[in-house]
Amino acid sequence: MNRFLAFLTKEFLHIFRDVRTMMILFLIPVFQILIFGYVIKNEVRDAKVGVLDFSGDVMTAQIVSKLDAANDIEIVDYYKNYSEIESAFKANKIKAAIVFEPNFAATFVKEREANLQIILDASDPNLANLLNSYISAISANYANEQKASQAVINVSIEPRMLYNENLVSAYMFVPGTMALILMVITALMSSISIVREKEIGTMEILLVSPLKPIQIILGKLAPYAILSIVNAISIIIIGNFVFGVPILGSPIVLLILSFIFILMALSLGLLISNIAKTQQVAMFISMFGLLLPTMLLSGFIFPIENMPVALQYFSYIVPAKYFLIALKSVMLKGLGFAFIWKELLVLLGMTSLFIGISVKKFKIRLD
Amino acid sequence: MDSSIVINNLIKSYGSLRALDNLNLRVENGGFYGLVGPDGAGKTSLMRIITSLLLPDDGYIRVAGLDPVKDYKKLRLKLGYMPGRFSLYQDLTVEENLKFFASVFGTTIKENYNLIAPVYSQIEPFKNRRAGKLSGGMKQKLALSCALVHKPEILILDEPTTGVDAVSRREFWDMLKDIRSKGITILVSTPYMEEAVLCDTISLMFDGKIIDSGTPNEITSHFKEPIFVVKTDFVRSLLKIIREMPCLKSVNSFGQTLHVVLNSDDCGAKDVSEFIKSKCSFDFQIEPYSAGIEDCFINHIISRKK
Repeated sequence: MNRFLAFLTKEFLHIFRDVRTMMILFLIPVFQILIFGYVIKNEVRDAKVGVLDFSGDVMTAQIVSKLDAANDIEIVDYYKNYSEIESAFKANKIKAAIVFEPNFAATFVKEREANLQIILDASDPNLANLLNSYISAISANYANEQKASQAVINVSIEPRMLYNENLVSAYMFVPGTMALILMVITALMSSISIVREKEIGTMEILLVSPLKPIQIILGKLAPYAILSIVNAISIIIIGNFVFGVPILGSPIVLLILSFIFILMALSLGLLISNIAKTQQVAMFISMFGLLLPTMLLSGFIFPIENMPVALQYFSYIVPAKYFLIALKSVMLKGLGFAFIWKELLVLLGMTSLFIGISVKKFKIRLD
Repeated sequence: MDSSIVINNLIKSYGSLRALDNLNLRVENGGFYGLVGPDGAGKTSLMRIITSLLLPDDGYIRVAGLDPVKDYKKLRLKLGYMPGRFSLYQDLTVEENLKFFASVFGTTIKENYNLIAPVYSQIEPFKNRRAGKLSGGMKQKLALSCALVHKPEILILDEPTTGVDAVSRREFWDMLKDIRSKGITILVSTPYMEEAVLCDTISLMFDGKIIDSGTPNEITSHFKEPIFVVKTDFVRSLLKIIREMPCLKSVNSFGQTLHVVLNSDDCGAKDVSEFIKSKCSFDFQIEPYSAGIEDCFINHIISRKK
């Protein structure tokens, strides 16, 4: 036991003495979550929109003022023809333009229908999509009101977004960033710390010592388990206080879930350290093998349902996917173990698989 | 207590490269044994097999009566090992490093202080300094202290003095003698021939084989060919000239001197002298010489090539 404690003490000394390690462990997560929080936004705020009104009647004026009143859209200019719209797009003055057909109000009254064209700058597809649905929704709403006032019964659709009523993107990226940070930093740091011993040659001495492989492995991983839990808690707190992401479920369940995910990341780090001979290789594997799938294929940024079928199948082996599903269930829906046990089981299964392979492959000698 | 090392017909290959080729070695209980040879001779591979860090392909090996392949756990308790590179934790202080290795082996600095004192006392004034900030000589002393702190029966040192200044090297060898006098078997490798003579027994290693073994005196006495030393200020010019000589076996420069080895006793200093004079008018002196370890080594390699 003394042996193990000595090893653990040494590991903590390594971590606390290395400025870079400390920065990666504690500063980067905070920065990352703040940057993600303020940069990645799916909400549209004051998107600039221009108007080409061939009709110029009361109705078009009302629609425009309704659009302008919305938080998301700012009407910046009126144009006389299409070419002016085009130059406004080229000068990046507007993100969208609305065109009303001639005699808009008259047509509407007569035929109970009138045409409105939305032109979008799709060089930013996300924004274009969002603007499209905003403008459509607002104008459809207006049309329905008009019809209703003319005593015609009409079905109006009113979508309600459950669990994230206002579609705040923080609800999406805080769990996502948490998965990303825990996964990459935990696996990266633990694999690097093991590979470093191989690289500087101290592993040779450790192997010739009476330390058991399991003591070396545990001594290497335990400090990062503790520090990662600290990280997880701080991300949740920042998410809650800075970005208003709720914690509806039990904090205990949340901690246990995070801890299981951290264990999984550590076991992956261990596996990487088995394969990698140099710190650079370990870093490379962690970055490309873990960072990209976690970002792209876990459902963090892109919905899994929209991926090609092959990638959808691939996403089943991305651990972060299960963590994200469970994490969102606990944080945003307030669910407990009864609803996330499957995900927990998958994560635990992956953990034991990785540990199994690593312990079997752990070299008691050099090669 | 058996702390001998016995190796018979040891073979180790890396792919098609044969690192150890039917190697035989015997280090007696309490011996002070030196492995001498250039880089790539197989010294490190041999030491790693002895310390159970590498598996041999074939051959018999017993270290302290134990098989490093099967009984590596028991064996590792009895070994003190100092790998070739400085492999301690640079971000830990001198004392933290030593403490760590003591605890890992289930002992304390206090318990074995007497054993490490001759070495450790020299760096103890810097015990709060980070290991990475020590000079090369002090790093070696710290590494030696760490390898000794658990009172091993056999101490294995892989090129401990490579990259260390001359004064520190001499101190280091004095310390080894001191450790040896406490009954610890020592196996040390070095590329420096002049250090090898400080061991009781040495083996010359080349290309995965041991080409000669014995006490330093025995090894130099194996040198049969006539050898002379030529002293001159014109080493490079004379080297070229002597190379043309008919009964020459080899000529090598050692600083401002040339060691000339002849093929048979039929030629002598007089022949060399006359040959040089016939070719040039440079000043030189020629004297008989008794071969050193390095001459023996070069001679062995040249004989093998021919």
